[in-house]
Amino acid sequence: MSDTPNIVTGDTEAPTIEPPPDHGSGESQAPEQRRTLHELWLSGTEEPDWVRGATDEGAQELLPERAEPALATQRGTLVSDDYEVDDEIDDDERQIINMGPQHPSTHGVLRLQIELEGETVRRVKPIIGYLHTGMEKTGETLTWMQGPTNVTRMDYLSPFFNELAYSLAVEELLDVAIPPRAQAIRILMTELNRISSHLLFLATFGMDIGAVSMMIYGWRERELLLQFFEKTTGLRMNHNYIRPGGVAADLPDGWEDDVEDLMVKVPQGVSEYVELLNENPIFIDRTQGIGVITPEECMAYGVTGPTLRAAGVDWDLRKIEPYSGIEQYDFDVPVRKHGDVYDRYLLRLEEIDQSFRIVDQVLQTMPAGDYRSDDRKVTPPPRKRIDESMEALIHHFKIFTEGFKVPAGETYQAVESPRGELGVYIVSDGGAKPWRLHVRAPSFAHVQALPVLMTDSLVADTIASLASIDPVLGDVDR
Amino acid sequence: MTDEANPSSDETPQEASPDTAPAATVDLGAEVIEISADEYLDVVARARAAGFESFVDLCGVDYLRRRPRYEVVVNLLSYESKQRIRIRVGVEGGDPRLASITSIFPGANFYERETYDLFGIVFEGHPDLTRILLPDDWDGHPLRKDYAVGSVPVQFKGAHQAS
Repeated sequence: MSDTPNIVTGDTEAPTIEPPPDHGSGESQAPEQRRTLHELWLSGTEEPDWVRGATDEGAQELLPERAEPALATQRGTLVSDDYEVDDEIDDDERQIINMGPQHPSTHGVLRLQIELEGETVRRVKPIIGYLHTGMEKTGETLTWMQGPTNVTRMDYLSPFFNELAYSLAVEELLDVAIPPRAQAIRILMTELNRISSHLLFLATFGMDIGAVSMMIYGWRERELLLQFFEKTTGLRMNHNYIRPGGVAADLPDGWEDDVEDLMVKVPQGVSEYVELLNENPIFIDRTQGIGVITPEECMAYGVTGPTLRAAGVDWDLRKIEPYSGIEQYDFDVPVRKHGDVYDRYLLRLEEIDQSFRIVDQVLQTMPAGDYRSDDRKVTPPPRKRIDESMEALIHHFKIFTEGFKVPAGETYQAVESPRGELGVYIVSDGGAKPWRLHVRAPSFAHVQALPVLMTDSLVADTIASLASIDPVLGDVDR
Repeated sequence: MTDEANPSSDETPQEASPDTAPAATVDLGAEVIEISADEYLDVVARARAAGFESFVDLCGVDYLRRRPRYEVVVNLLSYESKQRIRIRVGVEGGDPRLASITSIFPGANFYERETYDLFGIVFEGHPDLTRILLPDDWDGHPLRKDYAVGSVPVQFKGAHQAS
């Protein structure tokens, strides 16, 4: 220290460095403190001992033994979960907080009553009904033909699937044959809808996890699909396009080019998400091993769709109970095994690819022919005939005012919607309106299963769990 | 729907049914079975034992002028045999009551609450039978056929009737 030869000491004068008058009182000052005020080290000379440890924190470099874990943390390869459950906390320390009904991550108006113990979620109670508008009751007041306008608004992110399930159920009771072109159009639209729904999932899921730019990316690609929907059906959402007997209109001129365009642009965007998220250490930390559900729990709670397949059950209604001729297209059902948030995310990415495979095949093999059934019972006469024939005019008028009658009976038809099994249970009394219309909404079952995903996890993970099941509250509340 | 009779479906009722069960005559291989409220719990339990492990759906239907007036429809699914079964249970009007199947399928919880909410069918043994879609103080059960559409008092200031 003071005997180090290279240190310039008092004789060269350091007048600018004076101890402040109130800084300690004379003798009690530690010798080190005095030294730092009066001793200087000239750069370029040999480093004195006291330079190391000169600051409170110690030397400002990583010591070799500490460097490895620190770098691992930076790279995201080190898992450091320092949270420990304190079992000593008694009931008085529990608190109940409400998440929602206006929380932005609830994707609508869902309220979660969460009982917390410290930061651990002990109990969850989903409270729903904020979007309930009595659509099943409304369905009983609409004719069979008007029905799709109602059901399309339930799961507003996959409207084509609602219309399809409803139409299939009505056609089952009517026993109407659907021409091949109408079936192919239905598959084309529903699979594109699956892609747009999954894109919205990726957007909102990314945002909920903290990858805010995903919100913009996901909507960007979804917009392309919505433009095609608008061109085809006239509306971006709530299309009322798939109807009992076929579809509302034929595909627009040049639809092949539009779909080919989609098949280039959307996967390009999706590859950007993969680059952004799949290997991202923060994303992986927040999703792997979070919100796990087992196949048995899925069965007991009626959980279906991507959540079920991510848990390792190879179950897709498109393969098991093929509808609308989807069995003639070649595609795979992605299945993963961990049942956590990350697997659900990956699975939906893979489903986008598979849906494009189906779309590509539909594009190559689109049959010619009529886009709706020629059964005059459910299909209004062509516009041309109305000008020529009084009977056709009357027929047209009666179909759109009174509607057609459906034989008495009951049926349940299910389709594989982007969220899971979407079923429609219809009871007909032989009249022009359904006696009872019940929609088995996948999101309803999934919201019910939320406590399974969330109990005993951290409160920070509730958002990831909730977003990963992709609930649509319009579907839950109906 | 999978109408094709699965080869194993014919065996399922026999291997699952206890000899003296009152509902032993019910054919679980059928796509739709109609049973009475008494044998409901038993049939559901046997269906689950027979491989219908996945709960799909439960809903009510109001047939109004028929006896029994209500019907509860349960949809179950077997991943094993890829079959569905639809169990239709008649429930008498007046004071409609039915046993709860939440002890067999926890997933029936929300569905029974919904059916209670919209039809007023009381599920006995349900852990938390409260309204789920409608506000707690709502009057009546809207999906009953004698519940009028429209013209209900609304809850907002200055408005008395919703058309």
